[in-house]
Amino acid sequence: MDVPGVSEAVLWAIILCPLAAFTAIALYLRKLPKLAGWLSIAAITASFALALVALVDTLGADGRAATHTHDWFHAGPLQLSLGVRLDGLTAVMLVVVTSVALLVQVYSQGYMERDPGYGRYYAWMSLFITAMLGLVLADNLLMLFVFWELVGLSSYLLIGFWFHKPSAAAAAKKAFIVTRIGDLGLLAAMLLIWTRGGTLAIDEIHELVLTGALSGTTLTLFGLGLFAGAVGKSAQFPLHVWLPDAMEGPTPVSALIHAATMVAAGVYLMARFFPVLEASPDARETVAWIGAATVAVGAALALVQTDLKRVLAYSTISQLGYMMLALGVFGYAVAVFHLFTHAFFKALLFLGSGSVNHATNTFDMRRMGGLRTVMPLTFWTFLIGTLSLAGVFPLAGFWSKDEILLEAWHQNRALYAIAAVAAFATALYMFRAVFMTFFGTYKGGEPVDPSDEDSHFHGDPAHPHESGRVMTWPLLALAAGAVAAGWWAWGREFQHFVEGAVPADALHHAPAFSYGIAIASSLIAVAGIAAAWAIYQRRLVDSAEIRRTAYPLALLLERKFFLDDLYERAFAAGLFQRGWNRLVAAFDAFAVDGAVNGAGWLGMQSGRVLRHAQTGQVQLYGAALAAGAVVAAIIVLATGS
Amino acid sequence: MTLTLEHFLTVAALLFCLGLVIALSKRNAVGMLMGIELMLNAVNLTLIAFSRFGSGGGAVAGHAFTAFVITVAAAEAAVALALAVSVYRSRQTVEVDQLDLLKL
Repeated sequence: MDVPGVSEAVLWAIILCPLAAFTAIALYLRKLPKLAGWLSIAAITASFALALVALVDTLGADGRAATHTHDWFHAGPLQLSLGVRLDGLTAVMLVVVTSVALLVQVYSQGYMERDPGYGRYYAWMSLFITAMLGLVLADNLLMLFVFWELVGLSSYLLIGFWFHKPSAAAAAKKAFIVTRIGDLGLLAAMLLIWTRGGTLAIDEIHELVLTGALSGTTLTLFGLGLFAGAVGKSAQFPLHVWLPDAMEGPTPVSALIHAATMVAAGVYLMARFFPVLEASPDARETVAWIGAATVAVGAALALVQTDLKRVLAYSTISQLGYMMLALGVFGYAVAVFHLFTHAFFKALLFLGSGSVNHATNTFDMRRMGGLRTVMPLTFWTFLIGTLSLAGVFPLAGFWSKDEILLEAWHQNRALYAIAAVAAFATALYMFRAVFMTFFGTYKGGEPVDPSDEDSHFHGDPAHPHESGRVMTWPLLALAAGAVAAGWWAWGREFQHFVEGAVPADALHHAPAFSYGIAIASSLIAVAGIAAAWAIYQRRLVDSAEIRRTAYPLALLLERKFFLDDLYERAFAAGLFQRGWNRLVAAFDAFAVDGAVNGAGWLGMQSGRVLRHAQTGQVQLYGAALAAGAVVAAIIVLATGS
Repeated sequence: MTLTLEHFLTVAALLFCLGLVIALSKRNAVGMLMGIELMLNAVNLTLIAFSRFGSGGGAVAGHAFTAFVITVAAAEAAVALALAVSVYRSRQTVEVDQLDLLKL
């Protein structure tokens, strides 16, 4: 059995290139933004090339794993190692991350132009990419966790990139704290597997799971702990609330977060430990149903957004739900495949929305319209991304979403029904966005506010224009991916490739391609598009009318199921601010401050007494000294030592 | 009668106590200094005695220490006398019970 033979140095170099760029920019090049941008792009290009080398090599080995492990340190029984692992799953992730990141970086040259934080932007981006690459290459849970947290940190820095805007600072904090809640579960899972299995290496954990060395409860708890981490990172219900707010960051950052880096990490983690789900039906069921809930919640909320980027954000949540759902119905390869295709069309859609923003100075779809004619490239690429996301044959999204529906159909009809209804909603909300943005008449965009010093908008929103080449070319490249990426699954080649990454006996036999399911999902997509056309283009039904008829439902959706209110009022304000925080504050005021002030008080009081011994008579001091010496001498003599 | 270690130590102890009493009871700062010198020399005597009679069997360490103590005592006396002169110039007295400015 051959394994990928690519040199270990190549794998480390994939991580180190962007890391070197980050270090160089952060230390030396912040004041030379142009150079920082080019250096960052050069580094990610190098990583991309090396990732392709690794991919070709892994293809030759049928996606089987090669690990390179080194001792890190020993402390008593604790032995920690540091290493990289290359297999089908890692190779796919590497290519997705580096290719999307490269295009996003190029696009940012246009989008971030004239931003005073240009150099800082490229430094954080490089760090972000480094963290994600390290995450997918890590060969043990500890190293994975370190990079996992680095991803969290750099997403915090990037979401809060315009930190002088209070909303951006709040969104960054929210993303950081909400994902941290999930990370607690991941940490617990690590401790559990360490105490029960005595290892953190991915290989060995797989082996432990497959040989049945762990009890069923341990496996379930381990799986759920991992999943808690993934729920936070991959924005699954009920921790999805940070993702829409993360739109406060620059649009290319959103594209990267939603497509390749941040949210993909959770799905990657669950795919990496897929044998655990396979071995624990309880954990798998939980993953499937949380995934389904996320699919439904994301799709429903996307229907009522008026902000183009937020439509895309909820759409991402919904699509991530599909991936988790797939993992929950044994569709390991399908989940990774959807992650792969989704990366292209979602990055494309985000960059497209950024291009629109560049022309109109707003993300509010109610102020757009008719951009089809003035921004033809953006329109056509956005349309391709939309069709792909809606799952229209023969674009990439069709293949992956269809496979998920197929797996769901064979496992659980209820899950299939949820996924199918959400697929209809997907087509509906995406074409709603397309019709509102690109069709009809232009509503004038957002006038430039000359007093707003944070705005770097240049141009005239009243007369929108197509974006420059540096922004449209990445759109074209991603559009090519959104069209073609699905064909890799032809003849189950992709599935075979990523399945090489997990032990063979952990895999479930995938159901065969079904024309019935494929035709049904195509019809669902077309129905969604038709509904959007009827409501938002031809206006056969007034959307305001629908809102009035189903007012309670509309309110529920517009308030995001009141989840934000619940978290803020019940948890943040109630439980924490009024309860726990007050308790902590009281402890601080009485116990901590009391100890400090008490120590000072004790010093003052004893000083007040002892100062009478301070007579200023040097001979009295000498006498005390001599008396002390005599007493000491007597003690020594008496004890005889 | 031969001289033993005890004889030397007894003399040194008497000398030390004498010096201590002088240092603690003389009101004149110069007198105090003289008491301190006496105490130092009592210590020197024990050092020499141990050097001669101790288990070291005539090792020179005691002699060397004594030489150092004499040197340091000379330096200390110079500084202390200079202080006494300086204090007398500013306060017109070297009575140590008058010098209690540090007292609250």
